[in-house]
Amino acid sequence: MAGKIILCRCEDMTLADLVHSVERGYADIEEVKRYTGFGTGPCQGKECLALVATELAKITGKPPATIPPFTARPPLAPTPLKLLARDPGAHRFADETDADE
Amino acid sequence: MSDVDDDHDDDDHDDRVRQATVGHGPLPDRCEIAIVGGGVVGLSIAYHLAKRGLTDVVVVERGYLAEGASGRNGGGVRQQWATEMNIRLMQDSVELCRRFAVELGVNVWFRQGGYLFLARSAKEVARLEKNIALQNRCGVPTKMIEPSAARDIVPELDLTGIVGASFNASDGILFPWPFLWGYARQAAVMGVKIFTNTAVTGLDPVASGGYTLHTSRGALTARRVINATGAWSPQLAKLVGIDLPTYPIRHEICSSEPLKPFLRPMVCEMASGLYCSQSMRGEIVGGVTIPGHGSTYDMGSTLEFLATYARRLVRLMPVLGDIKVLRQWAGPYDQSPDGNPILGPASPAHPDFFLASGFVGHGFMMAPIIGKLYADWLTGETPHEIFERSSLGRFADGSGARHAKEDFNLG
Repeated sequence: MAGKIILCRCEDMTLADLVHSVERGYADIEEVKRYTGFGTGPCQGKECLALVATELAKITGKPPATIPPFTARPPLAPTPLKLLARDPGAHRFADETDADE
Repeated sequence: MSDVDDDHDDDDHDDRVRQATVGHGPLPDRCEIAIVGGGVVGLSIAYHLAKRGLTDVVVVERGYLAEGASGRNGGGVRQQWATEMNIRLMQDSVELCRRFAVELGVNVWFRQGGYLFLARSAKEVARLEKNIALQNRCGVPTKMIEPSAARDIVPELDLTGIVGASFNASDGILFPWPFLWGYARQAAVMGVKIFTNTAVTGLDPVASGGYTLHTSRGALTARRVINATGAWSPQLAKLVGIDLPTYPIRHEICSSEPLKPFLRPMVCEMASGLYCSQSMRGEIVGGVTIPGHGSTYDMGSTLEFLATYARRLVRLMPVLGDIKVLRQWAGPYDQSPDGNPILGPASPAHPDFFLASGFVGHGFMMAPIIGKLYADWLTGETPHEIFERSSLGRFADGSGARHAKEDFNLG
């Protein structure tokens, strides 16, 4: 049954995957992220992080408040490269000229 | 991407196969070899030692496996280098990568789509040609190709300003994280003990040889200690009074939303250090080298990086303008003064303190062969020549000047 309970929809990570990760000794939220891949898809953990943390607290017997979220990474939301490319803060290399504008 | 593991087979009743890979029990009092650092270099050494029968090995990691550069790199595996040593080592590493999934029972999504280096000036072309001549002599079939041939390989390229390219089809990419699970798992199954969240706070020499490691989990006495802490190597070496000349340089990287497979090779632009590849997960993973960032352990992310990467990548492949960046992060290069690693005993006064440092951003791709050669040596084989020429002493006695400097640390 645990193999059919999805915790992270972006990366198809199930409750069974979480249990397996903890059994292997990868029980820190950052380790679980890397071992199972949860939270690395389009939502970047916005939908799954609290759910995984809640289940992780249950499995490990830790108080939920002692499980911090994994490190948040920019950008805040998926952002097209063409918008970022127009940011004036971009470094200019020696081979770039005004003609590139 | 779950189920990166090996043994869901219920018929397997071997207790050791069922145990945790990463131990939470007490540290043993002593061991033959203590490896400090649970990154790919330390775990590769541990795995290869165990494979050769030396299983009295303990790995201690301050944080979690893959926390440092091993979990933060772009997964590139190439043989296009500027020194014969690196070319030959990487030929062997590619072979080990090809066998990794079968030998270690974990899918590392290794894919040989080649590496394409793009030149925008005659000077860059000359540099590639010089490297290719050396690569060809070593048996790596890299070719210099016309810009139009580069577009045959990557039709999305805008060739404006591109004057030449080098391509080697047997270079490739892998997904770094499962590489560590594979090494750790198989090392643990063979008897290696791995402890995470275990910081080394002191190293006391033992009169009869070796060291006592004081850790957050207790004391451990080891006959030999290997410093495999990557960019943090100088801090650990300092505990025995040794100054390492390596220093950390932050490199940023980012990943896009997953796309259908379309990009075969790793694409690198020499002028900017821009690189990008499409992982087997479909994401475009890449970075760019912004010059002038000083030595730092700060692994924060910047908009300057993201803007620069986007500007260069969209200029090179305009069709990518609409793809979305999901996540950016950073990792440290363990920068050595001559671009070559620092290996072997730290000094005549510290013959039992071994170094595995200074891989300058390519420690991941080197780790399979370095771990194997290190283990061969520590279990009695004649040391590979890399150990003699990579000594820390080369910086003091000038012997390092005899050997070519690696200057192709692009991307």
